[in-house]
Amino acid sequence: MTVKTAAGAPAKKGFWGWLNKRLPVEDFISTQLTGYYAPKNFNIWYFFGSLALLVLVLQLATGIFLTMFYKPGELTSFDSVEYIMREVDYGWLIRYLHSTGASAFFIVVYLHMFRALLYGSYKAPRELLWLLGMLVYLALMAEAFMGYVLPWGNMSYWGAQVIVNLFGTIPGIGPGLVLWIRGDYAIADSTLNRFFSLHVAALPLALLLLVALHLVALRQVGSNNPDGIEIKEKVGADGKPLDGIPFHPYYTVKDVVGVGVFFVLLAIVVFFVPTLGGLFIEAPNFEPANPVSTPLEIHPVWYFTPYYAILRAVPNQRIGALLLLLAVAAFFFLPWLDRSPVKSMRYRGWMSRSALALFALSFVVLGFLGLQPAEGLYVVLARIFTVIYFAFFLLMPIYSRLDPVKPVPERVTYHAH
Amino acid sequence: MADHAVVAEEDVDLSRRKFLTRATIATGAVGAVFAAVPFIESWMPSERARAQGAPTTVDLSKVEPGQMMTPVWRKQPIFVVRRTPDMIARVAGHDGELKDPKSDSSEQPKYCENPLRSRTPEFLVLIGICTHLGCIPKQRFSAGELYASWPGGFFCPCHGSRFDLAGRVFDGSPASLNLRIPPYSYPNPSTLIVGEDEKGAAT
Repeated sequence: MTVKTAAGAPAKKGFWGWLNKRLPVEDFISTQLTGYYAPKNFNIWYFFGSLALLVLVLQLATGIFLTMFYKPGELTSFDSVEYIMREVDYGWLIRYLHSTGASAFFIVVYLHMFRALLYGSYKAPRELLWLLGMLVYLALMAEAFMGYVLPWGNMSYWGAQVIVNLFGTIPGIGPGLVLWIRGDYAIADSTLNRFFSLHVAALPLALLLLVALHLVALRQVGSNNPDGIEIKEKVGADGKPLDGIPFHPYYTVKDVVGVGVFFVLLAIVVFFVPTLGGLFIEAPNFEPANPVSTPLEIHPVWYFTPYYAILRAVPNQRIGALLLLLAVAAFFFLPWLDRSPVKSMRYRGWMSRSALALFALSFVVLGFLGLQPAEGLYVVLARIFTVIYFAFFLLMPIYSRLDPVKPVPERVTYHAH
Repeated sequence: MADHAVVAEEDVDLSRRKFLTRATIATGAVGAVFAAVPFIESWMPSERARAQGAPTTVDLSKVEPGQMMTPVWRKQPIFVVRRTPDMIARVAGHDGELKDPKSDSSEQPKYCENPLRSRTPEFLVLIGICTHLGCIPKQRFSAGELYASWPGGFFCPCHGSRFDLAGRVFDGSPASLNLRIPPYSYPNPSTLIVGEDEKGAAT
């Protein structure tokens, strides 16, 4: 397939010609898909970007249908979710797809982010691509949190109480800010309704915009790859990267396989274990919100528990809330903290490799600890792993510079099958 | 075409144009800020929420000595504890273990800035919301209930904050402030009004 620009293309006849004269469909396809050259050495880690896009579409589609039956309000939210589950035809399926999709979103996004850490995809010239991705992650966290409040179960209510009160720790404006967010003297109907509006309108719009910008920025700088080599630096006589292949059809076909595997796994959860033993939907959320009865253990859904463990590891609440904020914010500084001359872990030394391994371990362990009660050994462990978590970022300018790196090859590593 | 006057490039006053551009942007920005005010204000508690936040009246004759009742004011549980002389005695003697023993940085009305944090020694009135992250502490009034030297008080099940029988927070708790005290008053000895005192209703 040849790449044509609108100017250079021969005049098309019929409907296709008529359409392209008015809307640059072919231009779009040739610049974004068939003419976008991606490195040929992508591996399994490169499935998760397209899967994240798929989950976004899944959440939008199921969300639109849930909105047709859900009624936000102190008195109606819990009942309307039960109505969806019990009385709307296939309502249970749409709801479980949406609730499982939320967790799937974070699984896919965390793997996508780990890929960036593994191959240095945040390093120049991809800093802005990384920052836009982090903004997507922030919007996703807000979206997921507000979505979790909507069923108005008891964990929804108390989770919202804890998270909204985090803003109260801001010196000076804290208490007023919390009152403003809630619109009442406690988490109430007003809070639920504004979260509904943000969850179904404002944040999805923000997410779509940010994802679009993320993709445009990706097209501008080009994909990184497991070797961390810029394929644009080695171009053939035709001006195309020697180590690149058109995104479509090569990677679209590959991504379809990933989509198939993903749907199998999603279906297993949706049909057989939709709550995943309380990880995806917590048991206290099957009873209605009760402002005068706290669940025995309050913790957020698994994807927020690493940060929650950090919050609880600190005896001082203001510092705890600050560390929680910094734990998320630290990712934004990665492109400037990493001083390694090499992008990919393949050519980095033992220092960067062990630092990344320890960081990934601390994220998983903190995630586990955030689900446990904050007492005894759990608190001690949470403190140890909080230190490891922050050491990864704080010491990065040092170890990434001292790290003994290996020479990076001229061309990507690729074995034909 | 001849009717359209065109200013030759060299005649354009660029500094004047720059000034006008900046002035337009600045005026627009100020307008945008003012236009945002109603939208931001709309998130404040509505008239209805404020009306429902009116003071709550509690009949104190229903609380037995050593017991607690939890009326609701502004959707928050209010702890009304009728302390026995023994409980009052257990408020003293552990100031060294507290984060804010004199309640200097904690929130309470002027008339509760005293060792027992109350208007009368017998009744303790607190907002039953943990100052850490807003859970409801559980009552653990018996001495030694949590550990040998426990003087009795409240325990938050969420993150383990501990408070004594005056709502003061113990060292080692994630909460750093004592339990808050709402404005309250006694129109007669057996009636408590939460949310209203001599200064009028709470804002």
